This record gives sequence, C-alpha cells and structure tokens, in this order.
Amino acid sequence: MNEQHTDAKHMTAGHGYGIYILVWLALLTLTGITVAVAGINLGGLTVAAALIIAAIKSYLVLTIFMHLRIEQTAFKVFVLVALFFIVISFALLFSDFSFMKG
Amino acid sequence: MSLQEHAAPLVSGTQEQAVHPHRDDIASRMGMWLFLFTELLLFGGMFFLYSVYRFENKEAFHNAARELDTLIGTINTAILLTSSLTMALSIAAIQRNKKVLSITLQLINVAFGLVFLINKYFEWSHKISLGLYPKSDILLGMDKGEIVFFGLYYVMTGLHGLHVLIGMVLISVMTNFTIKNIITHENYVKLEAAGLYWHLVDIIWIFLFPLFYLIT
Repeated sequence: MNEQHTDAKHMTAGHGYGIYILVWLALLTLTGITVAVAGINLGGLTVAAALIIAAIKSYLVLTIFMHLRIEQTAFKVFVLVALFFIVISFALLFSDFSFMKG
Repeated sequence: MSLQEHAAPLVSGTQEQAVHPHRDDIASRMGMWLFLFTELLLFGGMFFLYSVYRFENKEAFHNAARELDTLIGTINTAILLTSSLTMALSIAAIQRNKKVLSITLQLINVAFGLVFLINKYFEWSHKISLGLYPKSDILLGMDKGEIVFFGLYYVMTGLHGLHVLIGMVLISVMTNFTIKNIITHENYVKLEAAGLYWHLVDIIWIFLFPLFYLIT
C-alpha cells in the first residue's frame, strides 16, 4: 500500500536536472522582457503585458518546479479551482467598484 | 505519523519498516497544497486592496513608484528565481541519492534567501532615511494615493519578506533532516513540501515585482 503512493513520482524523477535549468533560463528571460516592456509606455497595455508575463512565469514554476505536471489529476483540479476562485473574485470586485464615483 | 518515522532511523538506519508506519506521500503533498491555497487567500486579499487603490489613484501610484529602486527589485527577482532552481535541483538530487549535492543545494538556497532579505534591508533603510515610512510627517504630507502606495508596499513586501524568512528556517530544518538521513532518496516528501512553500513565496514575488517596481 505504501509503495503505490511513492512509486509514480519516483520513477519519473530520474531524468532530471536539465529541465529545471531550462525553465530557470526561461524565467530569467521573461523577467528581462518584463523590465524592458515596462520602459515602454503603452498605458494599460504595459500593465496587462506585465501581468500576462507574470502568469506565464507562474505557470512554469507551478508545472515544472512544483511538479504539478507529474502529479495526480486531483492536484491540478484543486489548483485550477483555487485560481478560478481568485479570478472570479477579481472580476466581481472590479465590476462592483469600477462603477462607483471617484 | 511523524514520531514513529523519526524515531526509527535513529535506532537503526534501515529498519523503519519494522514499525510499519503509515505513510502517504500524496496526502502529505496535498496537505501542503491546501495550506498554499490559504496563503493565496492571504496575499490575494492584499492584491485586491492594491488593485482597488491603484484603480482610484493611478497618478499617485505612478509617482510613488518612482521612489523604488528597479535595479534592486530586478536583482531580488533573479535571486528568488534562482533559489527556486536550487530548491527544485535539491529535490532532484535527493531522488537520485545524491545526498551531499542535495544538502549543498539546500544551503545555497538558504543563502539566496538571506541575500534577498539583506537587499530588502538596504531598500527599506534607504526609504526610511528619506522619511518615507508609515505615519512620518513627510509621507503624511504627500498625496493620499502615495500614502496608500507606501502603506501597501511596506505591508506586502514585509509580509512576503517574513515568508522568505520562514522558508529559510523551514529549509534549514530540512537540511538538518537530510544530514541525519531522516530525508532520504526513498523518503523525501518533507523536502518536497518545503519546496512547495518556497516556490509559492517565489510566485508571490513574481507578481509583487512588476506591480510595485515597474509601474513607472
């Protein structure tokens, strides 16, 4: 019984270090892009671009560094539900106060 | 679960199965993920605050953000991203039974956290020396949007910094466990849990950085 809960991850572990280094390089590159884009004043687009790049970086950290990619499906569902909740909360929040005066 | 698991290796390195402890790594990881979701609520609430106040004080936020040092912020971002790398690598190392490599990577990870906090110390000292701290006369004399910006800045980066410190302590404990063979290539879920916490701290900073340092 104990074996089942440890084997799956253990077996996929072996091929390892390279993918982490690749993701790290991608993360640094994306950071560089964010800083570069921030210097260009596109108004609301600059913020949107920064947040989108931040989302991509988070996706890489979640799936590769935090092993979501090789976890059971239940984990992925949990994370998606949590993120969905945050997004909905933001949407409702903005739909409320953006119509208020001042 | 934990007492049995810890006691057995101290008695005899490979006889932990004699006591047949119940062990469920998937549940352990799930437990940490659930905790991470509460952290999402904690910081998420503050990001909500940030978004509302920024929406209502765009100009003031833009002005206030110019006081922040983008270079230090970028360096700190690179430091945290690299520490996430060493964290992930330390787990990969212990999976391949490379104990010394894993310990080294964990120690480097803690060191990165320390450098991050030292940078933060310099940043904050600089601002405080300029009179930009909560309730200072200089700050109170500024636009209300700017006051809010700095309030959010100190609280959010401060709480984040506290999490970095907690993460450093957590990983140091794991390093101790790894040295003592409590964490091994066959039982490393504790290290994974610490890793999950550290990566979340990194993700929070990934969002903090552009929202505070890059809105000029």
